[in-house]
Amino acid sequence: MSSKILELKNVSKIYGNLKALADINLSVNSGDWLSIMGPSGSGKTTMINIIGCMDTPSIGSVILDGVDISKESAANLTRIRRDKIGLIFQQFHLISYLTAVENVMVAQYYHSMPDEEEALEALAKVGLADRANHLPAQLSGGEQQRVCIARALINSPQILLGDEPTGNLDEYNEGIVVDIFRKLHDEGVTIIIVTHDPEVGDAAQRKIILEHGRVILQSKI
Amino acid sequence: MVNKRRGSRKRMYMKMVSSSLIRRASRLIIAVLAIAIGATILSGLVTIYYDIPEQLGREFRSYGANLIILPRGESKITREVMNSLRSLIGTGKIVGMTPYRYQTVKINEQPYIIAGTDLSQAEKNSPFWYIEGEWGNVMIGREIADTLNLRVGDTFTVQGVKYGEQAEASRQDLSAEENQRRDSARQNFARKFTVKGIVTTGGAEEGFIFADIDELDKLIGDTFRADVIECSIVADADELSALCSRIENEIPELQPRAVRRLTQSQDIVLGKLKALVLIVTVVVLIITMISVYTTMTAMVAERRREIALKKALGAENKLVISELLGEGVLLGLLGGTAGVFLGFEFAQRVSLNVFGRAINFQWSLIPVTIAVFIAITVLASIIPVHKVMEIHPAIVLKGE
Repeated sequence: MSSKILELKNVSKIYGNLKALADINLSVNSGDWLSIMGPSGSGKTTMINIIGCMDTPSIGSVILDGVDISKESAANLTRIRRDKIGLIFQQFHLISYLTAVENVMVAQYYHSMPDEEEALEALAKVGLADRANHLPAQLSGGEQQRVCIARALINSPQILLGDEPTGNLDEYNEGIVVDIFRKLHDEGVTIIIVTHDPEVGDAAQRKIILEHGRVILQSKI
Repeated sequence: MVNKRRGSRKRMYMKMVSSSLIRRASRLIIAVLAIAIGATILSGLVTIYYDIPEQLGREFRSYGANLIILPRGESKITREVMNSLRSLIGTGKIVGMTPYRYQTVKINEQPYIIAGTDLSQAEKNSPFWYIEGEWGNVMIGREIADTLNLRVGDTFTVQGVKYGEQAEASRQDLSAEENQRRDSARQNFARKFTVKGIVTTGGAEEGFIFADIDELDKLIGDTFRADVIECSIVADADELSALCSRIENEIPELQPRAVRRLTQSQDIVLGKLKALVLIVTVVVLIITMISVYTTMTAMVAERRREIALKKALGAENKLVISELLGEGVLLGLLGGTAGVFLGFEFAQRVSLNVFGRAINFQWSLIPVTIAVFIAITVLASIIPVHKVMEIHPAIVLKGE
């Protein structure tokens, strides 16, 4: 029986007159793979920012691993994000002057202590053992995204959050990344991914579709 | 174990800071260049600032003695007293120390004054004298040369009464030969000299004959006794005044007199020059700070995504700020180090061109300049680096 790792209760995010998210209720169990889909402006990124502790809701509560993070200070959210969340970005966001392994070690450095061996293992897990000492500019888009995944996984987060993780990849690399997610899901990693891509969305175990800040469809695949 | 963890974190910190600069070499060069130019001018000016009194002081010494020493009362200055004076002033401060002994002599039965002196010291004290011929024993003033129609290489005979003897006046009732015989008697002296040089100064010196003081002493049959000592000392008005007091207290046989006109002019020029250098230094310091501020502001602006990413990965503001300040320290270190050596080269060229003298490298300037430039870089970085706190990862990193 898997435990509840995340719960959103009546969450709304309001910017002036605009409701980016409206009364969202959602719960995610440990080991779930959830994809969040919807058209542009539907509130996907706002939702993932709130789950990823980079934003707070205007109304409602967000329970992450048993702790309500909706009223936490920015400093506490930084600490929680560091300890519990692994982030994957559409544009990879690797540090240009650090090698692949050093980019992974940066996440360790901010979390606890850098360990090159562990970082190399993480890169090996995403099939980049031989590219560890390359700078991001020397890597393809797919390779950069895999470094980004290794970095997100290095501190064993409770949730792996991806914001359009295949948005900048070709079909071949998209397949590699989805395969990695599949493997991670099999290992019991909780994955939440925002995507436009139906193929990526359908690879998940569950998906929700947002429109105008509301969940219009919640389904098990 | 704790030390190992700290060491590992420290290594990663150094790796990030150094890689950021080394692997972004074009940015590094521009930033270091900005700091190095400031450090060069600053360390150069500071070198000049501290060297100016010495340089200009020596330059002013070419205008003549700035300290006149007279004997107290009727006595004269002995060599022992002069040596005590030299020790009291300190040889490092003395550009020239010239004793003068004035002796009345006759040339062709006309009275003249011969000044016995240390000619090598006189040359140091009075480099502005124009000498036709060469410095040496003996030289005559232009006025005497014109009166006696003497040229360089000509000879002339001086006559006089030895020290402590009574002169016998020429008598009209005696023949010229008899008067000459009386002049050549034991109590008198006569000596033929060759003119080595003719002195033109536009001043009283043109009415004197200058001879080596030891030869004059021998000629008049006396030991060293100076009427006056002219000193050229590297010192400003205050130092000179303090020196006068020390001389009066420690060598009571002497009366020192500072030549105020010279020392005051020197102090005015020095004061103005130092003020000018100080103003330029402050201006350069401000310009360097503005330059570093602009560079760091641009650096933070162009690295917003990287900073946002670090914050998204869980870096606290203070950690990101410490990384950027670390880069600032490294920039200051590199720019400051380059500036010390380039600054010395700059000061050396200025000194050689303006004063015609080389300056000594101040080793103490290395740590001071580097420390100052690290401090300036860090200080100028504080405001731009604090903009890190305004960077919100969710806004900066959102997908497209």
